[in-house]
Amino acid sequence: MMLEVRGIQKSFAGFQAVNGANLDVAEGEIVAVIGPNGAGKTTLFNLITGILTPDGGQVIFKGEDITGLPAHRTCKKGITRSFQVVNIFSRLTVFENVRIAVLSQQGRTFNLFTPSKRLATKETAEILESVGLIRKKDSVCGALSHGEQKVLEIAIALGGKPELLILDEPTAGMSPEETARCIDLIKQLRTNMGLTILFCEHDMEIVFGIANRIMVMVRGVTIIQGACDEVRCNQAVQDAYLGGSDVCSV
Amino acid sequence: MGARKSIVALLIILAILAIAPFGLPRFYTYLIALIVTTGLLATSLNFVLGFGGIYQFHHAVFYGAGAYGAAIMIVKLGYPAWLGFITGPVVAAVLSFVIGLICVRLSKLYFGMLQISLGSLVWAIVYRWYGFTGGDDGIHGIPMPELIGSPFGSYYFTLIVGGLSLLVMYRILNSPFGSALQGIRDNVVRSQAVGVSVRRHQLAAIVIAGFFGGVAGVLFVVVDNSVFPDMMFWTLSLEITIMALLGGWLTFLGPLLGAAVVVSLRTFVSGVTDYWTLVMGILLVLVILFLPEGLLGYVFEVWKRRTSESSEVQQR
Repeated sequence: MMLEVRGIQKSFAGFQAVNGANLDVAEGEIVAVIGPNGAGKTTLFNLITGILTPDGGQVIFKGEDITGLPAHRTCKKGITRSFQVVNIFSRLTVFENVRIAVLSQQGRTFNLFTPSKRLATKETAEILESVGLIRKKDSVCGALSHGEQKVLEIAIALGGKPELLILDEPTAGMSPEETARCIDLIKQLRTNMGLTILFCEHDMEIVFGIANRIMVMVRGVTIIQGACDEVRCNQAVQDAYLGGSDVCSV
Repeated sequence: MGARKSIVALLIILAILAIAPFGLPRFYTYLIALIVTTGLLATSLNFVLGFGGIYQFHHAVFYGAGAYGAAIMIVKLGYPAWLGFITGPVVAAVLSFVIGLICVRLSKLYFGMLQISLGSLVWAIVYRWYGFTGGDDGIHGIPMPELIGSPFGSYYFTLIVGGLSLLVMYRILNSPFGSALQGIRDNVVRSQAVGVSVRRHQLAAIVIAGFFGGVAGVLFVVVDNSVFPDMMFWTLSLEITIMALLGGWLTFLGPLLGAAVVVSLRTFVSGVTDYWTLVMGILLVLVILFLPEGLLGYVFEVWKRRTSESSEVQQR
């Protein structure tokens, strides 16, 4: 297993946001986490990436215990992420946004005297090319459309040269065309770059369309993790999440 | 085109500054040297405030530390002046490391409040320690080496050292370190997520800013041959923050412009009325209301709008 999460827990001021969630991600897989609003999906991602420190449980990445490691170090281990709410360097251009991630990955952020302009240009251009944002490279990213900003999120995450890419609702707020393009992009990232991808999403069509396996979370607890069909036909999932309707036959 | 224009403008300004002492009365060269010194101080503050998003509320302490470091080395300990000039910024950098290390765990306003307290503590020690720092009298008549002892010498020394310091800071802000610093200013969480260790970069920036604040302190010693505790009193920190905001805190040269405006106002308006701070207050209110990005920020905005309009016309 590339990533193993065992019984992880986190509470905020007495509210148990994540209460013993489990998750496995094997190398080369696309795994989806689904669950109703407030199920703790984003908190789970924050715990894995070190944005938050867990109260209990374990995160194991490639056999190494990385529980509680701060975010800037999990990134160096090979886990990068995009955010659900657009989270970019709003005063900088698209190119500079991605370049910071590349410079950081190359361990160059304590270089004081070489102009940034001369560094990491090729790598940054390649990433922008691969996500289709190269034409917008000199725009200040506050001026991009919402969909483009979400794609920029993914581009920044790619700048960290990840092995495991975590995407928090990558298509949220996108138009149908943008959504379609984003799904193609995610598929390409796996086939062309060999990335392992963990994501969460509300749109079931997307989830069943691209995920190899699905983990279902309700009220901070993992109900089931398994292949798409297995999850789709699970009675507990249908009761708790899919609203009791019979989606098994769909 | 724009870049060439600004280089030409810069060269003209430098040429004027270089020949200024030959045409202007001594008072004006003193004033220019004071503007460069204060401008360097305000720019070093803005290095962390405008480009790092760090609430450095008591930056003047490092100015004072640089000046006192040099003055005490020369007058109290009897070392050569040049050695004192090097010691000053180093003392300022060490002090900013210590204060920074304590404060950097806190964010935003809490950082600023703690820094004001610690800085005031340093001020109180300097203010009361008569035997070593001269107490509230300060230290006056600091002897200068022959080369920079004359008004000419001190003017050119200030201009060259000030200019070089600005150049180095500009260079650092355009380096990967500078990019990371501006990234942290814009978005702390995203910076962490791309692997930037936020606190280490912030601390390094605080030390660099403290060092150049110390250089400005040394330049003041060269220009004025004296030091006094007001140099590290919190009102000066407020004043240089105003300079940065007035001139444009998201631009590199804005604080220098702000320093020129405030120092000139203080010099000329205070001759006319005792209420010169009232004039400055009104000016500041106007700038905050109508030019929230400061004077130079506004100029750049207009410039950008013009060039984008003309390029649109070309495309048609």
